[in-house]
Amino acid sequence: MITLIIDNQKVEVPEGTTIFEAAKKVNINIPHLCYHEALSIYGACRVCVVEIEKRPRLEPSCATLVEEGMVVRTNTARVRRARRMLVELLLANHPEDCFTCERNQICELRKLAYDLGIRELRFKKGRKYHYEQDISSPAIIRDPNKCIQCGRCIRVCSEIQSVGVIDFVNRGGKTQVLTFFNKGLNNVECTTCGQCILACPTGALREKTVVDEVWEAISDPKKFVVVQTAPAVRAAIGEEFAMPAGSLVTGKMAAALRRLGFDKVFDTQFGADLTIMEEAHELIERIKNKGVLPMITSCSPGWIKYIEHFFPKCLEHISSCKSPQQMFGAIAKTYYAKKIGVKPKDIYVVSIMPCTAKKFEAQRPEMRDSGVQDVDAVLTTREAARMIKEAGVDFINLEDEDFDEPLGISTGAAVIFGATGGVMEAALRTAYEIVTGKTLERVEFEQVRGMQGIKQAEINLEGFNPVRSNSEATSGSPAGTPNGVNLKVAVAHGLSNARILLEEIQKGTSPYHFIEIMACPGGCLGGGGQPMPTNEEIRKKRAASLYLEDRNKPIRKSHQNPAIIALYEEFLGKPLSEKSHHLLHTTYTKRERY
Amino acid sequence: MKIVLKNIEKQGYKGDLESYLKEGGYQALKKAVSSSSEEIISEIKSSKLVGRGGAAFPTGLKWESAQKSKEFPKYVVCNADEGEPGTFKDRLILEKDPHLIIEAMAICGFSIGAEEGFVYLRGEYFKGYEILKRAVQEAEEKNFLGKNILGSKFSFKIDLYRGAGAYVCGEETALLDSLEGRKGQSRVKPPFPTFVGFKTKPTVLNNVETFANIPAIILKGGEWFSKIGCPDSPGTKLYCLSGDINKPGVYELPTSIALKELLERYGGGIRGKLKAVLPGGVSSNLLTDKELNVALNYPSLQKAGSMLGSGAVIVINNSHCIVDLAKRCAEFFDYESCGKCTPCREGTKRAREILVSITKGEGDLSDLELLKELQEVLYDTSRCGLGQAALNAVRSAIEKFPVEFEEHISKKKCRLGICPI
Repeated sequence: MITLIIDNQKVEVPEGTTIFEAAKKVNINIPHLCYHEALSIYGACRVCVVEIEKRPRLEPSCATLVEEGMVVRTNTARVRRARRMLVELLLANHPEDCFTCERNQICELRKLAYDLGIRELRFKKGRKYHYEQDISSPAIIRDPNKCIQCGRCIRVCSEIQSVGVIDFVNRGGKTQVLTFFNKGLNNVECTTCGQCILACPTGALREKTVVDEVWEAISDPKKFVVVQTAPAVRAAIGEEFAMPAGSLVTGKMAAALRRLGFDKVFDTQFGADLTIMEEAHELIERIKNKGVLPMITSCSPGWIKYIEHFFPKCLEHISSCKSPQQMFGAIAKTYYAKKIGVKPKDIYVVSIMPCTAKKFEAQRPEMRDSGVQDVDAVLTTREAARMIKEAGVDFINLEDEDFDEPLGISTGAAVIFGATGGVMEAALRTAYEIVTGKTLERVEFEQVRGMQGIKQAEINLEGFNPVRSNSEATSGSPAGTPNGVNLKVAVAHGLSNARILLEEIQKGTSPYHFIEIMACPGGCLGGGGQPMPTNEEIRKKRAASLYLEDRNKPIRKSHQNPAIIALYEEFLGKPLSEKSHHLLHTTYTKRERY
Repeated sequence: MKIVLKNIEKQGYKGDLESYLKEGGYQALKKAVSSSSEEIISEIKSSKLVGRGGAAFPTGLKWESAQKSKEFPKYVVCNADEGEPGTFKDRLILEKDPHLIIEAMAICGFSIGAEEGFVYLRGEYFKGYEILKRAVQEAEEKNFLGKNILGSKFSFKIDLYRGAGAYVCGEETALLDSLEGRKGQSRVKPPFPTFVGFKTKPTVLNNVETFANIPAIILKGGEWFSKIGCPDSPGTKLYCLSGDINKPGVYELPTSIALKELLERYGGGIRGKLKAVLPGGVSSNLLTDKELNVALNYPSLQKAGSMLGSGAVIVINNSHCIVDLAKRCAEFFDYESCGKCTPCREGTKRAREILVSITKGEGDLSDLELLKELQEVLYDTSRCGLGQAALNAVRSAIEKFPVEFEEHISKKKCRLGICPI
């Protein structure tokens, strides 16, 4: 342990701690910009500088390790003057359009300028930048003019997501964050996961908004506008209305959406239950028929784009199931359209997603199996909250309302899709009962829950004996035992964790049969479209809410959802039927590396 | 007293291996490989040699720190990215006596336990590159480089690497990033390169001139060297004399030499009337005619409120406008900032803008206070020496020539008619 003095207070911390972390122990949050708790130390904004006795210069607290007997002062006249000057310098280079900026309320730069007491801009605006915005991506807009070059987007993209499509280019005042040869985000390996947006302290990164398109559809009398909301939205959207992190607001959300004028308020969780039906059967078929294993989930569109770019040889491992959003869209414009007697082209499907990659997914050419684009517009949680605010709906005081039937009916298995491990757990609940024919008494699979980067579990499917004998079992196939198959599963979230599992598959050393992968840390609840801030602590709270909702649901297994049962009886036939294949399954495309 | 330029200043010295050997070349390496690394480092330490690139870090301590590390492989890097305006001493050594550097790097490699070295050359040094390349070949042919050098167990090779024209790559950690193939930007220190250097391995980086002192120290002993020049910072120094001086050039003189003596006795006097001297290039504070008695070594110049840097002594006579000079210094750093840290990237840009506006008669008296504050914050918060020293010249110009600045601002007048008012 190291003992040092910070602002006249004795602090004891382990060796290797930074001054920044040590200061937190005495309740000092040193102002900062380029520091980010989940990312490597960059030490470039210099806002977190402190005074250290016997050192000639101020030192960045985020990048300076504590030393025995060190005397640190975090709030001296010299420190305050330096911090103000540094932020003034950043402001001098920053567009003055806070009024119309996406980040108006939550800009870290604006807040810092306020907190540091900067009330005058002493640097005249000499050099104005008119960099072009990168609008090439269907999901993300980059505005280099608002970039303060903290490098957080670069680090999250390479360190957390192992994607690395942006980096610093040029020198000095001409430094910019750019894609490879400035090709634009849409023309490189960007997965559109949107983690860069969450990491950005300013308005330099934002989602490509479709709020106005949705308003227009709502006011169009010829359109029948239905909305679906992803599981993770209900555990997060309350934060946009100053409710505590992770507040579960399912009923208020349904009520608010109805106030906005949607004709029907449905639930993506219906699509999630349907996904489980198809995916669980696909897994069983692959095991029985020596299909490619491990099978990997396909719900996360950022993940799908990632594997298409980086591991195209592994594409046959991906489940052919569409994501819940897209299954919902296809069913809404076929089954449901027929049911209510509206033409598919007159139904307008809006999704509210915790995700920016869903915007990309909805526009994939494969996603038009109803004959028109299955999902018309995708809003992030943040955009949906803005619409509710724009309409003046008093969200916090709304009475709870239910979703509409039938596409609003869902089970507890569908709720947990929003958390890492949830799709796996939901699939296991259904697969177990299908193959064993027994009732699963304890539905919680604790091994696949939680925030560990890669989780693994082994589940015994009692009495399930695939056709082949043990001797025929090739590597990658579950070995049948007298007590049935032992299914080895793994769950990864964050694409750098996904990469580890993918590399095992490529090497032929993967021991798993079934893998769930979510592009974003924590799963969808930590998605790039979620309220800001999103961090480890908040992700855990959102997850807890989803598991609570699951516990409170009367039905907790997808195959017991009465609306799903009806859908198969009335329309699809059975899982993996021809109709299912046509509407609910898809194919993947090898994409380029740059 | 000549150490570094001993050979170069000899009539007819060609700088090839033959003439180098004739002058006693590679005797130091021979002596080194038959002694222990501790003995060598102890000689270097007792010589009190400090780095000649500008930071003046004790060379012996640097080598010792790398030698003690148990991490392998280790590397030796010669910093020949001579980019400071007004500095042209390393180029002279590289072009005229390249074997001196090769020998010194091999001695360093032997004493720290490195088998590979790099010379990071300023990109524009085409001639130096060709000469050095030839010299490395010659040394390899005669086994002064390569496997089992001079029959010992020591092997060492040298690769040449040419920079791409960034001033910041003269900063040791930015140089390492560039050498590894990345954009040249300073790293967070500590860890220092002797612990975590090239490819995260222990690395000794020394300036060309620093290396050029090593063979003589090995042959004649550290004590001999420590008695030359100023006792606090002994040896000789190469001074690059340029600007308004009658005899510009590179002068090797003991570190006790006074600025006045350099200018008058060696430089042949000022052309015109002296206005100011930048004793350590555009990163240093200006000295005026009242401050010429200062000795040209690291501690003395620091005491005088300036710095020796790499030894670029730039003489400015009274035909130059001080505001224009300050503007040019600020322009240089704005152009050369790597752009990583806020103070340097944004601060040099704003300093330049303010100074440009003053030269156009659009300045305000409050700008001078802002520039002073900017200099203090850049010194206090910049990541590396580039930003820390970027506004030294500007600050000292404002403090030592306030009247000229005020004339530009209040009277909108450049008395020399240089600024575009």
